[in-house]
Amino acid sequence: MSLLSLDAPGKEVLLMGNEAMARGAIEAGVRVAAAYPGNPSSEIIGSLAEVAQTLDMYVEWSVNEKVALEVAAAAAASGLNALVAMKQNGLNVAADFLLNLNLTGILGGLVLVVCDDPSGISSTNEQDTRIYAKLADLPLFEPGTFHEAKDMIKEAFQVSRRLGTVCMLRSVTRISHARGNVTLGAIPKDKIKPYFDPHVRLMALPGAPSHIVVHQRLKQAQEIFESSSFNAYDGPEKPELLVITCGAGYLFSQEAISILGLGDRVGLLKIGTTWPLPERMILSILANASRVLFVEEVDPVLENNVKALYADNNSRLPRIEFLGKKSGHVPDVGELSPGLVIQVLSGIMEAPWGRGNDERSRLAADTLQRFAPQRSLAFCAGCPHRASFWAIKNALALDGRNGILFGDIGCYSLAVLPTGFSQSKTLHAMGSGMGMASGFGVLDRLGSDQPSLAVCGDSTFYHAVIPALINGVHHSSNFLLIVLDNSATAMTGFQPHPGSPVNAAGLPAKPLLIEDICQSLGVKTVIHDPFDVSGTSLILWELLQEKGPRVLILRQQCALVRGKKEGKRFTVSVNPDRCLGEQCGCSRLCTRVFRCPGLRWNASAGKAEIDEAICTGCGVCADICPAGAIQKEKQSS
Amino acid sequence: MRDPYNVVITGVGGQGNVLASLLVGAVLVDKGYKVTIGETYGASQRGGSVMSHVRISRDRQYGPLIPPGMADLVIALEPTEAARVLAQYGFDETVAVVNTRPVHPVDVISGNMQYPALDALFERIMSLSKNAYMVAATDKALEMGNAILANIILIGAVAGLGLLPINEDDIEKAVSTYLSPNRVEMNRSAFVGGQQLVKGWACSCRN
Repeated sequence: MSLLSLDAPGKEVLLMGNEAMARGAIEAGVRVAAAYPGNPSSEIIGSLAEVAQTLDMYVEWSVNEKVALEVAAAAAASGLNALVAMKQNGLNVAADFLLNLNLTGILGGLVLVVCDDPSGISSTNEQDTRIYAKLADLPLFEPGTFHEAKDMIKEAFQVSRRLGTVCMLRSVTRISHARGNVTLGAIPKDKIKPYFDPHVRLMALPGAPSHIVVHQRLKQAQEIFESSSFNAYDGPEKPELLVITCGAGYLFSQEAISILGLGDRVGLLKIGTTWPLPERMILSILANASRVLFVEEVDPVLENNVKALYADNNSRLPRIEFLGKKSGHVPDVGELSPGLVIQVLSGIMEAPWGRGNDERSRLAADTLQRFAPQRSLAFCAGCPHRASFWAIKNALALDGRNGILFGDIGCYSLAVLPTGFSQSKTLHAMGSGMGMASGFGVLDRLGSDQPSLAVCGDSTFYHAVIPALINGVHHSSNFLLIVLDNSATAMTGFQPHPGSPVNAAGLPAKPLLIEDICQSLGVKTVIHDPFDVSGTSLILWELLQEKGPRVLILRQQCALVRGKKEGKRFTVSVNPDRCLGEQCGCSRLCTRVFRCPGLRWNASAGKAEIDEAICTGCGVCADICPAGAIQKEKQSS
Repeated sequence: MRDPYNVVITGVGGQGNVLASLLVGAVLVDKGYKVTIGETYGASQRGGSVMSHVRISRDRQYGPLIPPGMADLVIALEPTEAARVLAQYGFDETVAVVNTRPVHPVDVISGNMQYPALDALFERIMSLSKNAYMVAATDKALEMGNAILANIILIGAVAGLGLLPINEDDIEKAVSTYLSPNRVEMNRSAFVGGQQLVKGWACSCRN
């Protein structure tokens, strides 16, 4: 029995922020949920999918974020409560629809959760999506704790239904991927039957009328937010410093004030409804302030909005000094941390803070330098991508025309790094590798003689590569698209995609095969197993000699999935008599260049070794060793 | 136990420290504690250093990250990760429980960097902590048939040393509630295996 569907009001359980949001949606009576997976948002829909059948919900992994929002909007147009979740980049994909949906409004309830990734821990950017709430004139919630995340989702559904508007909730990594005590509420029993009233028109039209309505809704939301318990002040009546914060900054600020013993000098104003601002509430606190410090991730959004509010009302307010990202007191890039907030507060308030002593600091610095070697990102042991990029590297070298490989988003993004032999030359957005390859592949008409290649994963293929592929085919571009099909959305937790035989809830679904789609476009399509490294290299080289659109599907299961299902394929070992080490002339090809984490270099023996705790038994290293020293033996089981 | 009691569980992506922190947290929430866990996911998992911050309190829900120099207990699935975390989050009272088995970073495999000599590394871990317990968790896991069990073996060792109030029945319940009933047996025996590894080891730690 999943905790998500546990009908035990009042019980305290440990939930991840994302699970807490999913539970909040369940307690709000959500009936439809859709998303495209992306960290740090993936577990919201993932955990709803697990209980979809138990709770009579429809949950899907959509082909991309725009379609996910459209699926949810159809449910909301039919009177239901619908949830859609995505990571920050995903909102860019969905934005076109969102900036029209805001104008038409909705009939049921629709909450859009966007999980931002400050510092880009698992992203290519750290964009602050709160700007979208302002752009689309939508009410915005920002939870400060995981428990609050659950309650905010419920409140967001209420506001959404009451005002007929999409509500946005912006989470961040340290809320979404934190776990904590969450008290369960009741799960509603009555279910509405979906019905789209044929008398209704949800039509975005240019011109002022719908825009005026959107602004009126925002005014109503502001009135609701004025008395919201998500906004709270804690501290002295006239603080020396007023900290205004939201999101993950709240718990960090609270702890920093407590650790520095500043509770009687510093006040903390936490804003949970960050757009539109609860203006009267904030003005009443500003009336007693003289210095204000903003603590928020990533952009100075709250900072700018509160300053604008102050500018409009300064005749009635005291003179206030504002500190934050603009003043340089808080970094304007990257994630916050408790250490950072303590440091900032300690400096402003001249409250000393130090842990340990000089001797310990010296020892710590020396330890980081000498005893903690850096860990560069790398493909997992036995990852088929390593074999694929090895073959790509060989084929491009043999071809010798400086072919360019356009990269894309997924685990294989790492191919811009040495783990993928630095083969990918670009990394931008989902599907943009194929789009750029389409463009690069027509430059031969202007004199270019470099081959154009793109790489993408199976899930990315469906998400955004198909339109770019069609573009390339239609324009007779010369390109080779390499689809690294590992049969999973591996980076985000192995969610199914349109090529999978099952859907989010684990029920049978129609798999749309990549090769069928490519062949239906009339594109020459070859399928091969990348673990056959020399065969793959040869096929790649041959395809590079041809013109027009070509697709090579390199199909091999993700090592993490394979390991769980099948265990090791081979027992791999190094024959120390055959491994000649530095004398071989291979220049330690296996460890220095191929660099699978399952290998080790034994410096004292001057030979390669296999780390049995890590090796997954793919056997590829045995095929690349020129001395035949690495041996693979079929596992008997 | 100090309040909050701050625990860092660290290792290399793929060693299962998220699962270890989830089980520890689940057991303690069930015992009435307020627990907050902050962890790393995503790209950083792929061969990178990973950390879970587990914060345990009787009365307050703390933030998801431990401030520098405030970890009471460091549980490390890899020895250089123990050193890295002790340098940043340790103080003079920090206790460390460390798996002795190295996982070589790709930069070491490639020859661009050296893995530190093990005896010097262990000595440094000792000097950065009040007490450090070196546990051969991966060796035990391989003996039990699967290297991935090292995480639960190490949690068993921590419990065996009296550093966290968890027993095998607690783990069994947490696994069946938060994971799945068919994973109970394997995890329970790993936990007990860890307890046995440290049987008779003196623990002078305040708890």
